[in-house]
Amino acid sequence: MNGSPRTTPALEVRGLEVDFVQYERGLRRRTVPALTGMGLTAAAGELVAVVGASGAGKSLLAHAVLGLLPPNAVERGAVLHDGAELDAAGRRRLAGRDTVLIPQSVTFLNPLGTVGQHVRRAARIAGHADPDAVAVEALGRRGLGREVMRQYPHELSGGMARRVLVAMATMGRPRLIIADEPTTGLPSASVLSTLRELRENANAGCAVVLVTHALEAALRVADRIVICRDGATVGTAEPTAFHGDGNGLAPYPRALWQALPRNGFRVPVGT
Amino acid sequence: MAHHRRCHGLAVDLLTRTTPFARAAASRVLRLVLLLAAVAGASFALMVNSPIDPVDAYVGADIAAVGPEQRALIADRWGLGEPPLERFAAWSSHVARGDLGQSMTFNQPVSDVIAERFLASLALMATAWVLSGLLGFVFGVVAGVWHGRSADRLITWWAYTLASAPTFWVGLLLLYVFSVSLGWTPVCCAAPVGVLTDEVTLLDRLHHLVLPALTLSIVGVAPVVLHTRHAVVQALDSDHVTFARALGESRAGVVVHHVLRNAAAPAVLLQFASLGELFGGAVLAEQVFSYPGLGAATTAAALGQDVPLLLGIALFTTVFVYVGNQVGDIAHALLDPRVPEDRR
Amino acid sequence: MTVVTAVAERRGWLVDRRRRTLAYLGISLAVMTGVFVAGGLAADVAQTTSLPERNLPPSPAHWFGTDWLGRDVLARVLAGLRVSLVVGTTAVLLSASIAVLLACAAGVFGGAVDRIVSWLIDLFLALPHLVLLILLAFALGGGTEAVVLAVGLTHWPTLTRVLRGRAREVIASDYVAVSRQLGRSRTWITRHHLVGHLSGHLLVGAVLVFPHAVLHEAALSFLGLGIDPAEPSIGVLLAESMRHLTAGAWWLAVLPGLCLLVVVKLVDTIGHDVRALLDPRSRQL
Repeated sequence: MNGSPRTTPALEVRGLEVDFVQYERGLRRRTVPALTGMGLTAAAGELVAVVGASGAGKSLLAHAVLGLLPPNAVERGAVLHDGAELDAAGRRRLAGRDTVLIPQSVTFLNPLGTVGQHVRRAARIAGHADPDAVAVEALGRRGLGREVMRQYPHELSGGMARRVLVAMATMGRPRLIIADEPTTGLPSASVLSTLRELRENANAGCAVVLVTHALEAALRVADRIVICRDGATVGTAEPTAFHGDGNGLAPYPRALWQALPRNGFRVPVGT
Repeated sequence: MAHHRRCHGLAVDLLTRTTPFARAAASRVLRLVLLLAAVAGASFALMVNSPIDPVDAYVGADIAAVGPEQRALIADRWGLGEPPLERFAAWSSHVARGDLGQSMTFNQPVSDVIAERFLASLALMATAWVLSGLLGFVFGVVAGVWHGRSADRLITWWAYTLASAPTFWVGLLLLYVFSVSLGWTPVCCAAPVGVLTDEVTLLDRLHHLVLPALTLSIVGVAPVVLHTRHAVVQALDSDHVTFARALGESRAGVVVHHVLRNAAAPAVLLQFASLGELFGGAVLAEQVFSYPGLGAATTAAALGQDVPLLLGIALFTTVFVYVGNQVGDIAHALLDPRVPEDRR
Repeated sequence: MTVVTAVAERRGWLVDRRRRTLAYLGISLAVMTGVFVAGGLAADVAQTTSLPERNLPPSPAHWFGTDWLGRDVLARVLAGLRVSLVVGTTAVLLSASIAVLLACAAGVFGGAVDRIVSWLIDLFLALPHLVLLILLAFALGGGTEAVVLAVGLTHWPTLTRVLRGRAREVIASDYVAVSRQLGRSRTWITRHHLVGHLSGHLLVGAVLVFPHAVLHEAALSFLGLGIDPAEPSIGVLLAESMRHLTAGAWWLAVLPGLCLLVVVKLVDTIGHDVRALLDPRSRQL
């Protein structure tokens, strides 16, 4: 696999911290830390998997990279695109052109719009001259026929919705793809095809960040695994290190590895 | 189910839809009939137990000139001697046949009074309904899109203030400013005084309609603004807007493709559900401008102790409010594909 | 460089929202108490006629001017607002009591009781509210008591609907199921689980009944179907003003209505502020 990142990575996140300002019952203000130190790099042609348990702050990292955090979020640290540090507004300007997000569920589609309206709109934003033809082609490539164009999000299966989201997100020529849990809840055949498509994007020169809690799936396609836990990244490992008992791994990744079904659900003492 | 329907042709479409549609329509009508029966019973009970003596009310100022025999005669003709249940049975069997009785105030059959007066009110209410709906939606969208900013604070403050303003007071203010001070609009009525009915032009009617309609619109705007604003803020906060922005959708694009339609469904529902409020407003506006609609007739019936007309208006407005709610449901279902098909 | 989203800082004034709300609450209550007391003191002046001082516009001697009988409009407005406060408070107490009783009954007993409660709500909402009020005021024989009763007896349905929904949620919850398993009675469950969970909604809902009730009383009185026209109430004042508006006596209409608007908005704002204080959804701002 491609293991030689160029000198300026397409994406670099350094010490990213995010707090949320919340109001309690009675309007006492308090600050809730959500991310406490995230770091990662992804170069062009590289697929980096961010792996961690639910609630480790992975989705938040994805949204922060695109500058899409809600207004009550306070952010510290640095996010660099092609070596240049950008504030949230600057990152949002890149969204949809250079950087795209593949979101995790059907709620990211407008419940009142048909699939056709969604995909055509995405094609138009990406600058295609004939959005309709492009939309039909993009859906067809993912095994969705013309009749799907007339369906509403609530009529789609989880797998169909995911393919629609992927079709929309990859309309342009993105240089950085962030996929947020793209395989959760999919049948295994769809998991494979989704992962393969991400790998092909990376092979074509894109930087791909795969956010997932499924370590095993990530190992199939990733060049590097970034482990995160409780809102912070705790280390990076090569996929090859995950074998046997995982002796070459740091304690937490090793625990994740050993907890997998094929490794016997072992929960090592002392982690 | 739903995509199944869309795959087939029109013939199949009709076949599969007619039965549930007919069933839904039948159930709506049945519910209306039950509701009307309940309203009729309850209103009749209220009227029967009123301490106001209907004969006294009818006789009015001539009370001294009317002897006990004549009073007995009137009471007998109205069947007042019968026990309440039998009177209710007699009245409701008349109502079921479409005979609402005779209005004492207008000296006309109740159904004629209602039909005639409702047309006048309808012009007023329809204008106000459309105007307040459109204005309210636009202001609500503006407030929601710029929520937290000064435009939003101003619009929200203004809407809450309007919601606290008495309708008739707003009418009096407009009357003073536009009719008394500026002299732009007439002071009263639905047509110029002293002009024969068939000589009244459409322009005359519109001229007399402006202020009452404006009063109703101004007061009716507030709830639409507040609900639309809420729906817009909610839509902007949704996952699908996050994704649209991640795709590089502009602010205007987000509003057009993700906010307007999502906010329109609740606004339409609300506007249809507020026909009762609208009628209440019309009662007050018609009183301020002496506009001869059904609202003014309601006031006149209550002041003149015209029980048949009051009962007739109670039944009629029940139908009016019910139909509004049902049409609102259907419109909402057409705008929102998630509503199950049998409710369309 | 550290990138800090400044939004939270920009909204710093919200930190004091709790304190602001409490201050606002205090001031509003003081204003309303003041109006209530002044309305009582002004009762006599409100009825004192002085023919030489007829139809005077606002002046230092008569801040709100005088009417066609030379009565002081400010005194009449204060007396009228006192009536509004009494009607509003009575309506709040009556409506809240009915709503709590019906909602708890629907939640605790469920089944047929719940269906009857829903049906009653639908029945009361079937007519335009003002038409219902007119029917009730008429049936109760008109006059002040009839209006107070009519207004108090018709403002519970919306509140009941909200409370009923909450009550059903609570009753369906796991902790109530546990209490049932432990053999607790319905009364115990109502007292220990239901009342606590409904109190917030009840408080907000009851406060928000007040503006509607006051406006409806004024409307009925304006139509001549409410408060005895001999008594000063805002509706009566405005109805009287109509005869003199065309002669240019604007102060008879503008000022009483404006004062009613201010009182109604004070209470309405209290309701919305308290809701914001209690509602967990307003946590994130």
